[in-house]
Amino acid sequence: MRPPADPATASVGGHLTDHVVQFARVLRTAGLPVGPDRVVDALRALQIVGVRDRRDFRATLAALFVDRHERRAVFDHAFDAYWRDPRRLEHALATLAPGVLEAADAPRPAALPRRLEALAPARLRTAVDVASPPRAPDIDATGTHSARERLRHADFGSMTTAEADAAKHCIAALRLPVAEVRTRRLRPDARGPRIDLRDSLRASLRLGPDALVLRRRGPRFVPPPLVVLCDISGSMARYSRLFLHFAHALTDARGHVDTFVFGTRLTRITHALRHRDVDVAVDAATRVAVDWAGGTRIGAALAEFNLRWSRRVLGARAVVLLITDGLDRADTGVLAAAMERLHKSCHRLLWLNPLLRHDGFRAIASGPRAMQPHVDALLPVHNLASLADLGRALADGDAIARRAPRRSVHCAPSASAGPLAP
Amino acid sequence: MTPPPPLPDTIDATAALLADGDYLADRDLATSLFLALRLARPMLLEGEAGVGKTEIARVLARVLDRPLIRLQCYEGLDVASAVYEWNTARQMLEIRLAEVAGTADRDTLARDLFSDAFLIRRPLLQALQGTPGRAPVLLIDELDRTDEPFEAYLLEVLSDFQITVPELGTIRAPEPPIVVITSNRTREIHDALKRRCLYHWVDYPDAARERAIVGRKVPRAAEHLADAVVAFVQALRGQDLFKAPGVAETIDWANALVELDRTTLDADVVDRTLGVLLKYQDDIARIRGAAGARLLDSARADLAPAR
Repeated sequence: MRPPADPATASVGGHLTDHVVQFARVLRTAGLPVGPDRVVDALRALQIVGVRDRRDFRATLAALFVDRHERRAVFDHAFDAYWRDPRRLEHALATLAPGVLEAADAPRPAALPRRLEALAPARLRTAVDVASPPRAPDIDATGTHSARERLRHADFGSMTTAEADAAKHCIAALRLPVAEVRTRRLRPDARGPRIDLRDSLRASLRLGPDALVLRRRGPRFVPPPLVVLCDISGSMARYSRLFLHFAHALTDARGHVDTFVFGTRLTRITHALRHRDVDVAVDAATRVAVDWAGGTRIGAALAEFNLRWSRRVLGARAVVLLITDGLDRADTGVLAAAMERLHKSCHRLLWLNPLLRHDGFRAIASGPRAMQPHVDALLPVHNLASLADLGRALADGDAIARRAPRRSVHCAPSASAGPLAP
Repeated sequence: MTPPPPLPDTIDATAALLADGDYLADRDLATSLFLALRLARPMLLEGEAGVGKTEIARVLARVLDRPLIRLQCYEGLDVASAVYEWNTARQMLEIRLAEVAGTADRDTLARDLFSDAFLIRRPLLQALQGTPGRAPVLLIDELDRTDEPFEAYLLEVLSDFQITVPELGTIRAPEPPIVVITSNRTREIHDALKRRCLYHWVDYPDAARERAIVGRKVPRAAEHLADAVVAFVQALRGQDLFKAPGVAETIDWANALVELDRTTLDADVVDRTLGVLLKYQDDIARIRGAAGARLLDSARADLAPAR
């Protein structure tokens, strides 16, 4: 296996070894996952490269300690600071929350130090939250059938705080039926369409030369990746926290979920929502996004998503859930173009609109009118019942998509949905 | 057979070796590559399409005089097409022959059927069976296109350089191949795999290096033209494009302009050949016309003091 650290230590020099180990600790504090194996490798690498040239020294450590492009900026910043004055940097980083940098995807190098400072108190808050999670007052709305029924159909927008808390518990228990897509990978399947010659031959050998057993294979089905784009602007304020709970439930149950929120700018909160405890996760997500309950620039946010993220997260036939009321006062030309591009880059685009509860809802406002031609389905999401229906829509929609690959606009299957403009 | 050139023993030697193969690497890339060769670790290269990730493996194989074995990843890539497959048709034939001759009993037949002679080697297995001193360069291209189960399978191959065939036993490489993995980052590669590799993000080259690359790859291009081409492409990358042009596009464009007998750039020819640089209609529509002319002007202005 790996040689012990000692020879490397001896030849690189004890003082430098200490510093590399210390630097690795600093990187760990800043959120880079640098394991001890990497440190040993780095010492071996330094032995080969030598430490005469600062650029080579930096490149060597980067080759071993960085494993993702976004982390390079963090590494460079820490490198510059540490190898100038190790003690001062360590002191500065000690006040930082682990994982803070992780949450800030693609940090801009210039803004980084400011961001570090701005986020420093986060650690304290997280600690308090974990110690005593703010539990909802124990209202058991699941006790009676009628109470549960009432809660199922209560509008998110008009719920009391207690009802909203109860609804969050229901959302956590919500399991979307997994609508699967066909992959090109095969698995053994007694009624599959293909004959697996290798398996057949082995089975035949076991039974003797007279019998030829046919073993078959069929395609394997897996759940498609989901991308959730959630509007957190002022007009959606009453809904957005509940939808974060919804996104967390999805992330927890399925893996392969990427979540973004947008108001005036786009923020990726996937990492924040990975925390198992829903309250900690949602709190972390609200800290990462800074533009809560502000204005909306749906078109600009979607355009940014298309530009920066679509190629990275929309692979493998992703289904996009776009949660917004579509009320955008900016230029609808930008919005329509961004929607069209988004629709063309993903497998299915589902628009979840809480305003759809109103029976008379028509796409009259210019925003929704620009968006509607570019979605595969427009669904209501104003109460628990409609969230549960969403699961069915995902399943049905994929069944349709599987039979006929052509895209078409489906209306909401649920009776509670308001009729669309004909 | 002459022995292949030895592996480079300094970073400078690595860079010089790549330059011999017409690949101009920056210092960071040369360092990572040097370490990958010395530590016998796989090299994981990520970057936008067209920045020369695949080319590195090709050049390495050429300058080190080793065979290049390429595994193009795609969705549904399985063991049968990546690692090995039993030649079932021949096995069936063998069974029929044994039956007709009435010689072999079942046990020997079973043993003979799953022997080396019936094994079809696919790229990964081929890569483990190079001759010592001339281990092949294994290029695993666009790993992000395949799925996680295949990545998990690669873990055994890349950490111990061995492959287990259930019927045959474990096959171990006498000398590990030089492994280059590329990814366009359409999804994240799993951390467990990254841990076994040296990671490098291949960025767009800066103006000076790109100019040198064009000089090497398109020697027929006039000096003026090459300068202008590189300046324009560099300016283009600063725009908010859906897909910025890579080095491959720069080279294609320079070649295209040479074919058109151009010695200078003007707004008209930029408009007409924009399809070589940009591959999305939205991007082309944005740059065509006035915006392109403005970029060209600013590129010219950048060039002026250099002359």
